[in-house]
Amino acid sequence: MAALLNVDNLQVAFRGPRGEVPAVRGVSFSLGREKLGIVGESGSGKSTIGRAILRLLPDSARVTADRLTFEGQDLLGLSPRALRNLRGRHITMVMQDPRYSLNPVLPVGDQIAETLRVHGAGGRGRELYRKVLDILEAVQIRDPERVYRAYPHELSGGMGQRAMIAMMLIADPRLLIADEPTSALDVTVRRQILSILDDLVSRRGMGLILISHDLNLVAGFCDRVLILYAGRVVEEIEARNLHACRHPYSRGLLASLPRLEQPVGELATLQRDPAWLDGPVYRFGEEVSR
Amino acid sequence: MTASPMIVVDDLAVHFGEGRDSVRAVDGVSFQVHEGESYGLVGESGSGKSTVLRVLCGLQQQWQGRVTLAGAPLPKRPRRDFFLRVQMVFQDPYGSLHPRFTIDATLSEPLAIHGIGERRERVHRALEAVGLDPAFRFRFPHQLSGGQRQRVAIARALILEPRVLLLDEPTSALDVSVQAEILNLLARLRREHGLTYLLVSHDLAVVAHLCSRIAVMQGGQLVEQLSVEDLRRGSAATDYTRDLIAASSGEIIAQPAQST
Repeated sequence: MAALLNVDNLQVAFRGPRGEVPAVRGVSFSLGREKLGIVGESGSGKSTIGRAILRLLPDSARVTADRLTFEGQDLLGLSPRALRNLRGRHITMVMQDPRYSLNPVLPVGDQIAETLRVHGAGGRGRELYRKVLDILEAVQIRDPERVYRAYPHELSGGMGQRAMIAMMLIADPRLLIADEPTSALDVTVRRQILSILDDLVSRRGMGLILISHDLNLVAGFCDRVLILYAGRVVEEIEARNLHACRHPYSRGLLASLPRLEQPVGELATLQRDPAWLDGPVYRFGEEVSR
Repeated sequence: MTASPMIVVDDLAVHFGEGRDSVRAVDGVSFQVHEGESYGLVGESGSGKSTVLRVLCGLQQQWQGRVTLAGAPLPKRPRRDFFLRVQMVFQDPYGSLHPRFTIDATLSEPLAIHGIGERRERVHRALEAVGLDPAFRFRFPHQLSGGQRQRVAIARALILEPRVLLLDEPTSALDVSVQAEILNLLARLRREHGLTYLLVSHDLAVVAHLCSRIAVMQGGQLVEQLSVEDLRRGSAATDYTRDLIAASSGEIIAQPAQST
C-alpha cells in the first residue's frame, strides 16, 4: 500500500527574542490508510506536527524536513493557492474545542455548507442544504434541521464536535488530522465520536492522525502510536502493545492514570529525567539509538 | 465524617429558552451531600450536571425547587457573604484567570471584595497550600503552565476559606501527569481543611478516585446514586450507568507489564 503521507526528519523551530526554540526535533513517520496516534503532553510538539503538515504555522516557525509529502506532492514547496485547494478538501483538521473553532455568529449549517461552496464541490440551494443535512445525519445528529439553524453556543460540546467533524468530512478528504477531537467530551459521547470517525475512516479509506494526550483512548482506537517527548518520538509501538511500552516516560504516563478497578491512595506522579531529551528510543519494543 | 447534610438539593429544576427550542436542563433533581464528603456528579454532555453546579454557586439565578447550603436556604440572588461558604474551581485554567492580573491581584481580589485584611499573609498561605512558591505572586497567568494555573484557581477558591468547593471538571484540561498532581492536591486539601466537595467530571476513574458517592445524571434527571464500591464493582441499577461504566473500563489498558 502506497503511503499517503511521508514525513522524514521533520524539524520545527520557533524564532523568539532569545534565539530559536525547537518544538519538533527530527520526527519521521509514514502513514497509509490507517489510524496513527500521536500522544504526548502539552508542549511536546504533537499539535505542531499536525499544523506543520497543513502548513498552518505562523511565519515565526521555521519548518524543515528531508521529506514532507502527501500523495507524492511536496507540501513544503506548494504555492499558497495550491495549499488552499488542499486544505479542507484533501487534508482536513478537526480541532479540539468546537467552542473556539466554530464561527459564533453564523448558523452551524451555513458553516458546513461553506466548505463545499469554497471548493466549488457541492451544488447550491436545496441541493447544498440536503447535502449538509445528510452529513449531519452521518455524524449521528438526531434532528439535523434544528442543528442546521442553531448557532454554536446553542449546541452542547458533543453536538458541536459532531458538527465540526461533519464540516471536515463533507468534502471527502483523504487525510484527516484530529487534534484532541474528544478531550472536551465525556466518555459516552467520546465513544460515539470515535466510532463515527472509525466508521468513516474504514468506509471512505481515509488516513487518520489522532493527536491526543489520552493514552487509554489511543490504545483502544489506533493501529499504531507515536509517543512524543520534547519534540522527539521516544517510542513507536503497536497500539495493542501500549501496555507493554518500554520507555520510562511512556511508563510514567501510564502509571499516573487513576484506574477504576484499582483504587490507590496517592497517584504516582511523573519524575522527569533530562536524559530523555537525547537518550535511547524504542521502536516496537526494541531499543534503538537514533 | 459527621452526618449533617452540607448541601441539600430538593426537586431542583432549571429551564432555558422558549417555544420549540426550549430545554429542560435540570428536571427534578434531589440529592444530599454530607459535611466533609466528596460527592461526584457524572453524566454526558448536556445532562445538566454543570447547571446544578452553577445553581449552587449562584451563577444560575433562574431555578425552581429548594436548595440548602450549610443549613441555610440558597437565595435566588446570593449576597456577598454567601460566597464565603461556597467557591468554585472551573474547568479551564486558561479561561478562568484574568490575563492582565498578576497572581497576587487575582488572589487578593476576593479578599478586597470581602474586606478581609492581612492580604499578603493570606495570599502567601494560599500559594503554599497549593504547592506553589510564593515568588509566583508576581507572575502573570501566561507565564504559568496549565497545572500551575489550575493550582492558582484552586488557591483563589480556597483563599476565602469556604466550606464547600464546587469542582467543575478540574483536571480535564490537564495532562495525565499533571492531573495526578492536582488530584493528589485536592485529596490532601480536603483532608487538611475538612472541605466538602461536589465534583463534576466525565471521567469515572477520576470521580472514583476522589469521591465516596456518585450520582449519575441523564437528560436533566438524576437517574441513579451509587457508592464508589458499587461503581468499581460495576453493579449499577440502570442500563445507562452500566453503559457509562463499560465505556470507561473498556478504555482502560488491561494491566501494565512489569516495569523495566
